[in-house]
Amino acid sequence: MTSHTTPLEYKSHQSQMNILGFWVFLGAEIVLFATLFASYFVLEHNTAGGPGGGADIFVLKDVLIETFLLLTSSFTSGLAIHAMRNHDKKGLLLWMIATLLLGAGFLFMEINEFLHFIHEGATIQTSGFTAGLFTLLGTHGAHVTFGIIWISLLLVQLVRRGITEKTSSKLFIASLYWHFLDVVWIFIFTFVYLKGMVM
Amino acid sequence: MSLDEFFVTGDPMILASQIAIALTMVGLVALITYLKRWKWLWSEWFTTVDHKKIGIMYILAGVLMFFRGGVDGLLMKAQTSRPEMGILDAQHYDEIFTTHGVIMILFMAMPLLIGIMNVVIPLQIGARDVAFPKLNALSFWLFFVAAMLFNISFVIGGSPDAGWTSYFPLAGKEFTPGVGNNYYAISLQIAGIGTLATGINFVVTIIKMRAPGMSWMKMPIFTWTTFITSIIIVAAFPIFTVALLYMSLDRLFGTHFFTVAAGGDPMLWLNLFWLWGHPEVYIVVLPAFGMFSEVIATFARKNLYGYKSMVYAVAGIAFLSMLVWVHHFFTMGNSAAVNSIFSLTTMMIAIPTGVKIFNWLFTLRKGRIEFSTSMLWALAFIPCFTIGGVTGVMLAMAAADYQYHNTMFLVAHFHYVLIPGVVFAVFAGLYYWWPKMFGFKLNEKIGKWHFWLFVIGFNLTFMPMFFVGLDGMSRRMYTYAESTGWGCMVRLLSSWFLNNGSWFRCTCLQYLLEFPLCVTESRK
Ligand code: HEM
Ligand SMILES: [Cu+2]
Repeated sequence: MTSHTTPLEYKSHQSQMNILGFWVFLGAEIVLFATLFASYFVLEHNTAGGPGGGADIFVLKDVLIETFLLLTSSFTSGLAIHAMRNHDKKGLLLWMIATLLLGAGFLFMEINEFLHFIHEGATIQTSGFTAGLFTLLGTHGAHVTFGIIWISLLLVQLVRRGITEKTSSKLFIASLYWHFLDVVWIFIFTFVYLKGMVM
Repeated sequence: MSLDEFFVTGDPMILASQIAIALTMVGLVALITYLKRWKWLWSEWFTTVDHKKIGIMYILAGVLMFFRGGVDGLLMKAQTSRPEMGILDAQHYDEIFTTHGVIMILFMAMPLLIGIMNVVIPLQIGARDVAFPKLNALSFWLFFVAAMLFNISFVIGGSPDAGWTSYFPLAGKEFTPGVGNNYYAISLQIAGIGTLATGINFVVTIIKMRAPGMSWMKMPIFTWTTFITSIIIVAAFPIFTVALLYMSLDRLFGTHFFTVAAGGDPMLWLNLFWLWGHPEVYIVVLPAFGMFSEVIATFARKNLYGYKSMVYAVAGIAFLSMLVWVHHFFTMGNSAAVNSIFSLTTMMIAIPTGVKIFNWLFTLRKGRIEFSTSMLWALAFIPCFTIGGVTGVMLAMAAADYQYHNTMFLVAHFHYVLIPGVVFAVFAGLYYWWPKMFGFKLNEKIGKWHFWLFVIGFNLTFMPMFFVGLDGMSRRMYTYAESTGWGCMVRLLSSWFLNNGSWFRCTCLQYLLEFPLCVTESRK
C-alpha cells in the first residue's frame, strides 16, 4: 500500500485511518456549521427592536483585519506542513508558531468585536438575531481557541519526539482542522458580514 | 439548598424508588466487595477497549434501560386503562411519557443496536477490532453517563416533562421552569456526542478494515446497513447537537432562539428536532433490517434474495430519510405546496421499504425454513412492521393527517414500526449471535415462550390504539371521561394488562434467568 513516495503521515495503516476518520469528523462539522448558518438566516431579521445587523453593529475595518489574520494563518499552516514533508523540524515549528500567533491575534480581535457588540446593546440575550449571531461566531471562535490549545500541545510533543510517523500524522490532522476553520470563516465573512452590510 | 429541594419528595412511588435505588447500590457494592471482584471489574470491564466487551456492556445497559422504559410504559397503561383513574396525576403522567420516549429511543434502542454492531461487525469483516478502540470505549462511557444522568432526574430535581420531542414554547423556561428539562438538554447532548463518535468509528472501520478480497458488494448485509446507518449518524446528529445547544442557552442563559416575544422562533426547534429526529428513526431501524436479512437467509437456508437491490434500497431509504421531516408538523402552518412536497417524499420511502419486504418474502419462498427462535422474530416482524408502514403511509397524506395527528393512531403507528422494527430485531439478533458472545446457545423452549408472549402482548396492546385514535382520543392525555366511549376500547387493553406485564417482565427476566440455566445446561 505504501511506497517511498507516500508522505510520512500516511505511512502506517493506523495513521491512514486516523486521517480518514478526521475527514469524516469534518463532514460532521460541516453539518454542525450548516445548521448554525441556517438558524442564523432564520433569525437574522428578528431583531425585536434591538440593534440589527449591518451598519448597526458591524465594523468593516475590524472584520477585514480578522479575515486577514485568519487567512494568513491558514497559509502559514500550509507552509508548516510543507516543511514537515521536507523533514524540516525547525521550519515546521516556526511556521506553526506563526500560525498560532496569527490565530491568537484573530481571537483577540474577535473578543474585542464581541465587547463592541455588547457596548452597542447587542448581547446574546437581546434578540433572536443576536442569539444566532453570537452562537455562530462563538462556535467558530471556540473552535479556534481549541485549535490553538491542541496545536500548542502537539508542538510540545514535536519538540520532544521530533518528526515521527505519529507526530506527523497528528500535526497533519491539526492542519486540516485549521484550514477547515478558515473555510468556515470565509462563509461567515460573506454571509454574515458582507450580506449584513450590503443588504 | 435544603435536602428536600434536592431530592424529589412527596410521592410514595418515587420515595419507594429512592429507597430501592439506595438499597440496590449498597447491595451491589457489598456483593462486589464480598466476591472480591473490584479489581476484575475495573481491569476487565471498566477500562476495556475490546469491541466484544464494549458491545456486551452496551447490551446490558440497553436491557436495563428497556426495563426502566417498560415500567414507565406499564404505569401509563395502568393510568389510562379506565376513565378517571387516579394512579398518576397530570404532572406525573407528563414526566413519565417523556422519560419513556427518551429512554426507549435513545437509551434502549440505540445502545442495544450499537452493542450488537460492536460485537458483530469486526467479526463479519474479519477485523481485529474497530478502527479506534479507545474512542469506542469513550462512546460507551459517554452514553452510559448520559443515561444515568437522565435516569436520576426523577429522584433528584424532577423529570423532564415536555415530551420526548420537547416542543417549544412548552419546553422553554417560561412554561417549564425547574431543572427537569435541563436534564433532557444536557444528557442528550452527552449521549449524542458519544453516538457521533460511534458513527465515525464504524464508517472508518468498514471502509478500511475489511479482510482482503471483501469488496463492497461482497460485504455481509448487516455490515452494509451498519455502514449506511453510521453515515446517517454523522449527517444527522450534529443538527441535534446545535438544537440542544440552543435549548440549553435558552433555558440556562436567557437567550431567545425559540421565544416568540424577543424574536425567537419556536418552529426553528421543531425543524431542527425533526431534521435529526426523522433520520434517527431510520438510524434505529436500518441495522435492524440488516439483522433480519441475515437471520432470514440463514434459517431459510438460501442466499438473500436480491442482495444488490437490498443495498440500493437501504441507501435510498437513507437518502430519503433526510427529506421528509416536515411530515411531523403538517398541521402547523405550512403552505399547501410545502405539505404536498413532503407528502410525496414521505410516500416515496414506502418504495424502497417495499422492495425490502418483497426481497425477504422471496428469500423465504421455497426455502427449507427452520423455525428457530430468532427466525420466529424475523417472521413476526414482516406482517407487524407492514401494518406500521401502511399506517405510516396513511399519516403521510397531509390532508388526512389533520385528522390523525397527535392521536393515539399516531402512537400506534410508531409503536408498530419501532417495536417490530427494533425490538424484535434485537431479540432475533441476540438469539442468533448469543453463542458468539457467550459461547453457548439460549434455550429454545424458553425462547418460544418469550416470543409468543411478547408478540401476542404487543399486538393486543397497540392494535386497539389505532381504533381509539380514529375515535378521536388524543395522545398524552392523562385521563378521559367515561362519556367519550373510549373506555371500552381501552378497557380491552386493560384486560390484557397482565399479559403486557408478563411479556415485558418475561423479556428482561429471561436474560437474568436463562443465563445460569443455560450455563448448567451446556455443562451437562
Ligand atoms: C412496555 C411496552 C410499551 C408500552 C406499554 C408503551 C406504551 C406507550 C404509551 C401508552 C404511549 C403514549 C403516551 C401518551 O401519549 O399518553 C407511548 C408513547 C411512546 N412510546 Fe411506548 N410503549 C412501550 C414500548 C415502547 C418502545 C419499545 C418504544 C421505542 C423503541 C417506545 C417509544 C415510544 C415513544 C417514542 C413514545 C412517544 C412519547 C411521547 O410522545 O412523549 N415505546 N408508549
Ligand atoms: Cu418521521
